[in-house]
Amino acid sequence: MEAVLIKSALAGAFLGMVLNLAGLLTWVERKQSAVMQDRLGANRAWIVFPKWLAPLNWLMWIPNRLGLFHSLADAVKMFLKEDFVPKGADRLLHTLAPAISVVFALSAFAAIPFGDVWHVAGRSVNLQVADVNAGLLFVFAMMSLGVYGVILAGFASNNNYAYLGGMRAASQMLSYEITMGVAVMGVVLSYGSLSLQDIVRAQGHLFFGWLPAWGIFVQPLAFFLFMTAALAETKRVPFDLPEGESEIIGYFVEYSGMKFGMFFLTDLVETVLVACLMTTFFLGGWQVPYLGPEGFAFPWGASIALPHGAVIGLGVLSFMLKVAFFNWLFMQIRWTLPRFRYDQLMRLGWKILFPASLVNVLVTSLVVAWRG
Amino acid sequence: MATKLIKRRELTFWDKTYLPSIGLGLWITSKHFFRNLSFQLLNSIGLFKKTRGAVTFEYPEEQRPLSKRTRSRHRLTQRPDGTPRCVACMMCETVCPARCINIVAGEHPDPNIEKYPVSFDIDLGMCVYCGYCVEVCPEDAIRMDTQILDTAAYSRAQMKLDLGELLNPRSNPGLLFARPQVPAQKN
Repeated sequence: MEAVLIKSALAGAFLGMVLNLAGLLTWVERKQSAVMQDRLGANRAWIVFPKWLAPLNWLMWIPNRLGLFHSLADAVKMFLKEDFVPKGADRLLHTLAPAISVVFALSAFAAIPFGDVWHVAGRSVNLQVADVNAGLLFVFAMMSLGVYGVILAGFASNNNYAYLGGMRAASQMLSYEITMGVAVMGVVLSYGSLSLQDIVRAQGHLFFGWLPAWGIFVQPLAFFLFMTAALAETKRVPFDLPEGESEIIGYFVEYSGMKFGMFFLTDLVETVLVACLMTTFFLGGWQVPYLGPEGFAFPWGASIALPHGAVIGLGVLSFMLKVAFFNWLFMQIRWTLPRFRYDQLMRLGWKILFPASLVNVLVTSLVVAWRG
Repeated sequence: MATKLIKRRELTFWDKTYLPSIGLGLWITSKHFFRNLSFQLLNSIGLFKKTRGAVTFEYPEEQRPLSKRTRSRHRLTQRPDGTPRCVACMMCETVCPARCINIVAGEHPDPNIEKYPVSFDIDLGMCVYCGYCVEVCPEDAIRMDTQILDTAAYSRAQMKLDLGELLNPRSNPGLLFARPQVPAQKN
């Protein structure tokens, strides 16, 4: 019972963090694109209280000027819009599709560790919602199941364009899933485990006494392959053929209101998910360089002793910072690169990334076998 | 028809991977991002106001700087005693292609000045901002240099500028922008 409560609290905290981050990403997307294009960006959605609540208005000053409430305004708009189901569409599947998308995207977070085991009040709390020993497979299964939402959305809309969009999305996601899986096999071979917590823990060593054994140093090729494939998986701009905001018609063309909002949210949640996975596999998850269970021990001999709670807290903070960094990077990529053409996308996926990831696995296996 | 053959450059291996170009693109956008971000943050706390982090003019609060020769809303120039320089010669009214100027002339008490405008109306709803009235004026009595461009009103009647408003632009707040007090204007 107690374990269930602890896990529920963990799940609630993590889910809240992820959903808030995804909501915030709509703001980040606007603001970051604006700042890098020499613009100011959204800053007009203000919450202003009447005069007699002036202190609250002072509190609101900074978020108002930053335009933080645009995401809130967006959400309210989504809820108030008409929820339209086209004539001849499959009502059930049309309603189910966005839910499938978002649920599978969110459940993949269960296996991601965001901190070490926390010993508090006589209990050991593993800062991971579900310590699945094949966590990697679980995450990939969830991401693959997310394809169903996309296909069903296209299929159930009774619209040929949506149907084609769904097919495009499905083939893109399936193609890139393979590269993603094979690229990660290199990481699995290097660290010898499918459990994400074990993979993160294995990244705590140091090479040559100073270089953290993070995935990016152990598997640099896999890092780039996985990042490319994962970006394609999120269906965002260099790979946004399924959606194609401005020109092509995507699988959710017949969606409106919060159902569309859920697809939109899925994209952002997947961005966060991919950022979490990148952090877990390649940037050492919650590992802080040179931070051991007793505190910092720097390679030049200095050391700082830290209490257990602070070490755990620093770990969680480092995880969040790394996720934030990857979100920033993905946004930057999204606003820098133009979109691929469909044949280019398929060629990149099947003829370049897939063979490269196979070579990576082969070389890694040989090295692992040679080192015994 | 002569054909011009353009030889395309062979792509090198690194060109084909696109990775250097992607890196370069990210480098450029990141440079803009961090430069603009730091200057926007510094500007917001009042530092380095001269270097802006964005090219945006936040319009209703900030006006975009206009060229001095921009033809904007009209004004009538004044004599040192504050009366209009206009001598009601009707040149502007005659030349106006939109026929938006309407002058009623009266006899001036000073024998050196023949006439003066009893009323001088410009209907901004009809004006095409061609500037002919300024060009044709022999007395330099009308100019279009107020830099006022935001002409908006709730009714056509409110778009008409009278002599007082033309002599002192923006002196009559009830003329433009104000919501009409009467429910509907007949015209």
